[in-house]
Amino acid sequence: MTENAILAAGIRKNYGEKRALDGFDLAVPKGAVYGLLGPNGAGKTTAVRILTTLVRLDGGRAEVAGIDVATRPRQVRRRIGLAGQHAALDEVLTGRQNLRMFGRLYHLGKKRAAARADELLERFDLVEAADKGVKEYSGGMRRRLDLAASMILAPDILFLDEPTTGLDPRGRNEVWEAVRALVAQGTTVLLTTQYLDEADQLADHIAVLDRGRVIADDTPDALKRLIGGDRIEVVVRDPATLPATAAVVARVASTEPHIDETAARVHAPVTDRVAALTEVARTLQDDGIAVEDIGLRRPTLDEVFLRLTGHTADEEEKKKA
Amino acid sequence: MTALTKTPADETLRERFRWAVADCWTIVLRGLTHYIRQPSNIAWQLGFPIVSVLLFGYVFGSAMSVPGGGDYREFLMPGMFGMTMAMGFMNTSYVVVYDSTRGVTDRFRSMPMAPSAVVTGRGVGDLIAATVDLTVLALTALAIGWRSSGGVLGTLAAFGLLLLLRFSLIWLGVLLGLLVPNEEAAGSLFALAFPFAMISSAFVAPSLMPDWLGTIAMWNPVSATVTASRELFGNPAAVGDTWVEQNALLMAVIWPIVLTAIFLPLAVRRYQHLSR
Ligand SMILES: Nc1ncnc2c1ncn2[C@@H]1O[C@H](COP(=O)(O)OP(=O)(O)O)[C@@H](O)[C@H]1O
Ligand SMILES: [Mg+2]
Repeated sequence: MTENAILAAGIRKNYGEKRALDGFDLAVPKGAVYGLLGPNGAGKTTAVRILTTLVRLDGGRAEVAGIDVATRPRQVRRRIGLAGQHAALDEVLTGRQNLRMFGRLYHLGKKRAAARADELLERFDLVEAADKGVKEYSGGMRRRLDLAASMILAPDILFLDEPTTGLDPRGRNEVWEAVRALVAQGTTVLLTTQYLDEADQLADHIAVLDRGRVIADDTPDALKRLIGGDRIEVVVRDPATLPATAAVVARVASTEPHIDETAARVHAPVTDRVAALTEVARTLQDDGIAVEDIGLRRPTLDEVFLRLTGHTADEEEKKKA
Repeated sequence: MTALTKTPADETLRERFRWAVADCWTIVLRGLTHYIRQPSNIAWQLGFPIVSVLLFGYVFGSAMSVPGGGDYREFLMPGMFGMTMAMGFMNTSYVVVYDSTRGVTDRFRSMPMAPSAVVTGRGVGDLIAATVDLTVLALTALAIGWRSSGGVLGTLAAFGLLLLLRFSLIWLGVLLGLLVPNEEAAGSLFALAFPFAMISSAFVAPSLMPDWLGTIAMWNPVSATVTASRELFGNPAAVGDTWVEQNALLMAVIWPIVLTAIFLPLAVRRYQHLSR
């Protein structure tokens, strides 16, 4: 039996009438990297805040590192690191001063807090900016400093709530690399995200969250298989050629191609990505069908939801509004 | 790699206390570092009282009179001290809201630090800042001719009462900081702080105000502290013959106790409410 780093059993949490978590179950084995995937309002932040002792649960049970979150929060806090949805930093202080302050509050003592700050600044490539005020940091730098702060204790379990939301591609890559380096050291990570792509990149397990409940929990590959994986997409110049194009696509697709008349587009799920793309491109050229655009597309979160729940994440939002 | 801290089970009560003090001090140092890193804030913090002393002392000073006689500038200075202490809670609110909107409060709450340190550190830091404020004010007052004839003990007691008022309002500051949504809203607390400081005996004797306003002013905690410190400094106090004015010294101790008794539990409750 493997020991679970995180265990959530039937967690409920209400905010007034609103059910933020409604029977939330999760079991994260030691050393795993778990992605908690869900649209805005699904309950990701609430789950993270309960597991990190910031918010009390209304029902169910939560254990982190084998310790009950509700009854022994202080012990839990010694074993976790948290980087919340927004970088939690003192913007007046420098990066180094932030890390030293948090280090002392983690009871490392003055000398070790200073040494640990230097180590982390090095690791997260912040040495040059170390003595600048955090005010002057870019989004990516803030995130990295926030990550560094969450790792001062070299925690057993790290919680990252939407670590790259709001970052440009470069900042996103910086954060991804930092997370990968951590994972290589054996830290258990629970990260939340709205992007299937990000969960796919970082996690070895993905739990999909919808309206406060986990509706799918599997490896990224299995999940993608379940929702049809990658799709090939062809946009033609002349809508009249759509049926012919669909016939070509059908030869490589794993199900019947979709035809979208208004967009002059044909798309279908494929398994062997590159082979399918080359095959379709060559055949279309041979057949003299003029192509506007052709490519492979990862399923979006919306499509995951459509497949798993029968409704898109967007419809949820609209219903709320 | 998890050997950085020792296991929690063997933490004694004594160690807990030691950490509570150490954590408090870390938070105090953080507050002081803020001052060092923002020299313009120091200038504002210290410049405001100096400018106010000069402004009130010279612009109004010549036009005002003190009931029962006495020099208005002598009368004014303890009022200035009291006003600064009374409005100081805005600084507390500002830092509290700054920390909670930026998630710093949540980071603290997710750490194994002593939970009390967030508030005690704030309190000690604010008292240090208030002491600096008072010192600068007093030096400015001395420069324009204000004197205390209350002796060393009386003078220290007066400053002590002023700091006590500031201390008792820290909890109000924390509470309001946890209630307001953002820093702009914290700035608008000025609309509360200003009348609180002004409708008192700080600038004008309540007996010169319209009846209803005078009554409010008399019972204002700021009045008790200001009147008591005037008496201790040996400055003209212009007290009426109502009970509350006659017992300013007593009230200057009672009010802070009452304010703490009301707002400390409310602030703690509100802080715990964060984990609702
Ligand atoms: N403090 C709160 N007060 C009231 N409602 C809240 C609060 N926090 C979250 N909610 C509600 O709970 C639901 C889940 O929110 P959240 O956990 O933040 O979702 P996510 O992080 O997935 O976007 C949302 O509908 C949100 O409006
Ligand atoms: Mg969230």
